[in-house]
Amino acid sequence: MKKNALACIAGLAGVALAAVAQAGTVRDDGLKPYEVVGDIAIPKPLTDKPGDPANGRKLVANRKKGNCLACHKIEQMKDFLFHGEIGPELTDIASNMPASEMRLRLVNPKIVNPDTIMPAFYRVDGLYRVMKKFQGKPILTAQEIEDVIAFLVTLKAPK
Amino acid sequence: MSRKGKNMTTGGGKLAAVAAGFLLAAGFVAGLSTPASACEECKGKYEVEGRKSGYLFSNPETRAIQDDDFANGGMLWVEKGAELWNKVDGKAGKSCASCHGDAEESMKGVYTVYPKYVQELGKLENLEQRINRCREANMGAKAWKWESDDLLAMTTYIGYLSRGMPMNVKIDGPAAPFFEKGKEEYFKRRGQLDMACKHCHYDHAGQYIRADLISEGRGGGAFPAYRLKWQKIGSLHRRFKGCNKQIRAQPYKAGSDEYVNLELFVKWRSRGLPVEVPAVRR
Ligand code: HEC
Ligand code: HEC
Ligand code: HEC
Repeated sequence: MKKNALACIAGLAGVALAAVAQAGTVRDDGLKPYEVVGDIAIPKPLTDKPGDPANGRKLVANRKKGNCLACHKIEQMKDFLFHGEIGPELTDIASNMPASEMRLRLVNPKIVNPDTIMPAFYRVDGLYRVMKKFQGKPILTAQEIEDVIAFLVTLKAPK
Repeated sequence: MSRKGKNMTTGGGKLAAVAAGFLLAAGFVAGLSTPASACEECKGKYEVEGRKSGYLFSNPETRAIQDDDFANGGMLWVEKGAELWNKVDGKAGKSCASCHGDAEESMKGVYTVYPKYVQELGKLENLEQRINRCREANMGAKAWKWESDDLLAMTTYIGYLSRGMPMNVKIDGPAAPFFEKGKEEYFKRRGQLDMACKHCHYDHAGQYIRADLISEGRGGGAFPAYRLKWQKIGSLHRRFKGCNKQIRAQPYKAGSDEYVNLELFVKWRSRGLPVEVPAVRR
């Protein structure tokens, strides 16, 4: 995975247009453009409006939205039953990962780990046999991604 | 975490009691020739050469229902299948028994080798389809609809007659290309959540995904299985559909070539594991 950021996005979108990743350019899949840096981060937020952590918390629990609890344990969300154990615990994620890297994990974790089970929450291309009513739609909107990040950056284990 | 507590109310004793009451009311006990714990001998056989049946991932309450024929709701379908076996239907005026005689003799072991390649069809055929071929070609009767009570009952009955026997499908010779297709399906990412069967059932078997403990997704000897969630017996293809839909992938039709090929792969993954029909699952 030593491709440069632009080539990486273009490759994923199945388009040869390097311009696609430049801020302000309209992507052909209708999603907001973003720039991947060093294959591990998306430094710039997807939207101008700052994320809302309270809504982010709801999205993390909501089975029809983030459903992050299906796979991740989050100590601060003990008010919800049944946290899964598929992915690493996120209780202290803010101490271990900057927002820019969280953003890439949410937008498309397959750039970090091509074989991961974790869904790409902001992606509509390169998918197979998506149910009709979900076709062309990302799991989370750009604003919802920012809301989830705004919540994740509050997650620090009490020391 | 009170995961166990939840399991007890959704999948546990209460339902068992209800099911048992229902069976008694239906006069089931009188007509039953097998002892209550018919699968006693196959306990401990749920793991073969490291391959584990879904039974071992079920919670103890669910297992207890499976282990007790009087509580196992699937046994009603066995009983119904046995009745249908002797029922004359179709233009030829025949029942299954007219040609196959005593099912306990003629159908023993049959479940373990399906799906199998059929020369005349040029493709695989699973047990449901074989039953329907007999209905159409040999009885002049209409094919039973997929997931209909009659087809479920007959499939469950024939499965039950192999209970405890090891799964043993063939994947070589003319079956090989279909096996390869089924395997491809299992490893292909799909749906808005973009997962393959293998992401859950290979990579994360034995881990909880929210409240569900993921099994190795073999299930080869288990279906039709009685699912507490369905409150009914259901086919393996219905389970496939559920596994597709939960990741927002367009399912195939039950009985489609895609699912029959996938079924061969899943049943090969279950080779050596005992037939559990009717298994009980959450
Ligand atoms: C189907 C299971 C699954 C779901 C759903 C899921 N994840 Fe993940 N996640 C994983 C796995 C597995 C990893 C481990 C890394 C990998 O596989 O690439 C991971 C890694 C992460 C990481 C990096 C953690 C670290 O310590 O490196 C973050 C952050 C993360 N997930 C956040 C989320 C958020 C937020 C959501 C919900 C919007 C979510 N995940 C939904 C399975 C999942
Ligand atoms: C007119 C006779 C006839 C009737 C009636 C009939 N079958 Fe068959 N069945 C056959 C024949 C012939 C075969 C092929 C035997 C073989 O391949 O050895 C067969 C094969 C089968 C097989 C596959 C057995 C195997 O070893 O693979 C199953 C299962 C089956 N029948 C079920 C049924 C059921 C269930 C019914 C009633 C709904 C039924 N049959 C009615 C003649 C009949
Ligand atoms: C998101 C995770 C996930 C994916 C992807 C998935 N399954 Fe499942 N599957 C489950 C869960 C959870 C269950 C219920 C618990 C269990 O038995 O594992 C289940 C159950 C099963 C069972 C029943 C096992 C038994 O013994 O009762 C089979 C068979 C199965 N899945 C096959 C498949 C196939 C084939 C695919 C791909 C088309 C697939 N699954 C994709 C999560 C998944």
